[in-house]
Amino acid sequence: MSATAFAIAADVRAGARSARDVVEEHLAEISEREPEIHAFNLVLADEARSAADSVDSAVAAGDSVGPLAGVPVALKDNLCTRGIPTTCSSRILEGWRPPYDATVVERLRSAGAIIIGKTNLDEFAMGSSTENSAFGVTRNPRDVARVPGGSSGGSAAAVAAGLAPLALGSDTGGSIRQPAALCGVVGMKPTYGAVSRYGLVAFASSLDQIGPLASNVSDAALLFDVIRGHDPRDSTSIAGRIEPVTATLGQGVSGVRVGIVEELTDAEGIADDVRSAVERAGAALAAAGADVDRVSVPSTTYGLSAYYIIAPAEASSNLARYDGVRYGLRVDGDDVATMNANTRDAGFGAEVKRRIMLGTYALSAGYYDAYYGQAQRVRTLIIRDFASAYERFDVLLSPTAPTVAFEIGAKVSDPLAMYMSDVCTIPSNLAGHPAMSVPFGTARAAESPGSELPVGVQLLAPSLRESLMFRVARVVEAAAQAAGGTL
Amino acid sequence: MSGPSARISRADVEHVARLARLALTAEETERLTGELGVILDHAAMVSALDTAGVPPTSHPLPLVNVLRDDIPRPGLERGEVLAAAPAVEGGRIRVPRILGEAP
Repeated sequence: MSATAFAIAADVRAGARSARDVVEEHLAEISEREPEIHAFNLVLADEARSAADSVDSAVAAGDSVGPLAGVPVALKDNLCTRGIPTTCSSRILEGWRPPYDATVVERLRSAGAIIIGKTNLDEFAMGSSTENSAFGVTRNPRDVARVPGGSSGGSAAAVAAGLAPLALGSDTGGSIRQPAALCGVVGMKPTYGAVSRYGLVAFASSLDQIGPLASNVSDAALLFDVIRGHDPRDSTSIAGRIEPVTATLGQGVSGVRVGIVEELTDAEGIADDVRSAVERAGAALAAAGADVDRVSVPSTTYGLSAYYIIAPAEASSNLARYDGVRYGLRVDGDDVATMNANTRDAGFGAEVKRRIMLGTYALSAGYYDAYYGQAQRVRTLIIRDFASAYERFDVLLSPTAPTVAFEIGAKVSDPLAMYMSDVCTIPSNLAGHPAMSVPFGTARAAESPGSELPVGVQLLAPSLRESLMFRVARVVEAAAQAAGGTL
Repeated sequence: MSGPSARISRADVEHVARLARLALTAEETERLTGELGVILDHAAMVSALDTAGVPPTSHPLPLVNVLRDDIPRPGLERGEVLAAAPAVEGGRIRVPRILGEAP
């Protein structure tokens, strides 16, 4: 296991280790494993070396360097990087170089982090396996015959394989948490508005959030603390102070009320081993002093249906900008409308077209109220049910994903089966609440009982209660580590 | 995948593709007619809930008219923007003719 982000930053700041050495070590690891895993769309070797040298010069000069000094970070390839290709794993943006950095990228650079590469994703973050990428599938480092989850599959695989200690992903319906669970790493979706979306290529604007992936809870906390906070360039960014989470991480769970969500844990399709991991995580929290009980959040059952109306509806509007006029691919036609349609048919992959079609249909005359209007009212019911649950509980617990990582190709011909991968993660996006996945042991895949694969449990919290959620996550992680292979 | 759904016809798919500016092939249209039917059958589960009197939520934050100070600042460099465009002529983005104009 390579060094944690905390250890790397401490060593680099103290001059005990050079940032250049850290970068070379990770580039060597990438040369070794990347051909098999394909976590990256682009490795930024020269840029990373030069950024590392700047950090080392600052340390040598006695200048203050940030909390992520010398720490390599992998960026999901839907985060804009000035002058560096940003593809969203789509042919329609192939070769495009953004004229600006995302706010999170600026914050990483000021914190001393080293951007090491752009990671693969399902095209425009639409998918749960990273198989929808125009640039090939990413493989799960724990078993390369299996998917890493998605859509932030490249980021999760990069962290799981030790190619980068930290990564950023984006999460619209579980796209950070589900791949984190399938690859055995920590992944966190912040409260909607806690992290600026400026420079994140939009998928579904009322649901999208950027968040950290890391090999452990403390490193995820460190990265969240760097990227959180108001940004005037994102009008949906929360204006108040976003609480830091690192300082309170070790405060334990004594007296914390934890509710196991029945609808998400007992749902059809949740594997027995995954359900029992949730029960054991609950027992571990109780042993650490938490009050653990079961709770019903009834309307979460309808989250998936509501999401597959709301997210495609927003996507169909957001993706209207890919028209072949101002940037990206253009496929000619006799007039503008034909050029638009030819470009979009050639540039978008099958899943993106499916979602654009779904969203356009749900918003079209005659269907708007039955689909979109009704889904928005269900969204209100989900928010209300969570509010009732949080009158009795501080934090909720559930599975992250219904099963361990599935085999590459297993669900590509059945879109609805693929959508089911997000059944436990979607409600938090609809409510705008923070949630995170923490590894909790392993389980055997039903169809191939030989291989042991990671299981993640999900912690959910009310808006802006990240610090409490991270404290609980730290205890879950400690229990998983203490149990070792016996979980 | 379950059997064909009565929820959406091939003509519906063709109409929506025009709205979405997607020049789908015949094969894509055929496949999407089946797939969208199955997905919409599942999505229609939302109608099982009684939502009479429930207001819609379009956004998780109660934000209205977020304003910032009106301070002039430079926009993107014109050359940089034009460099990203697929076709440029005389300092402007070039596109095919709009309806009815001479080529």
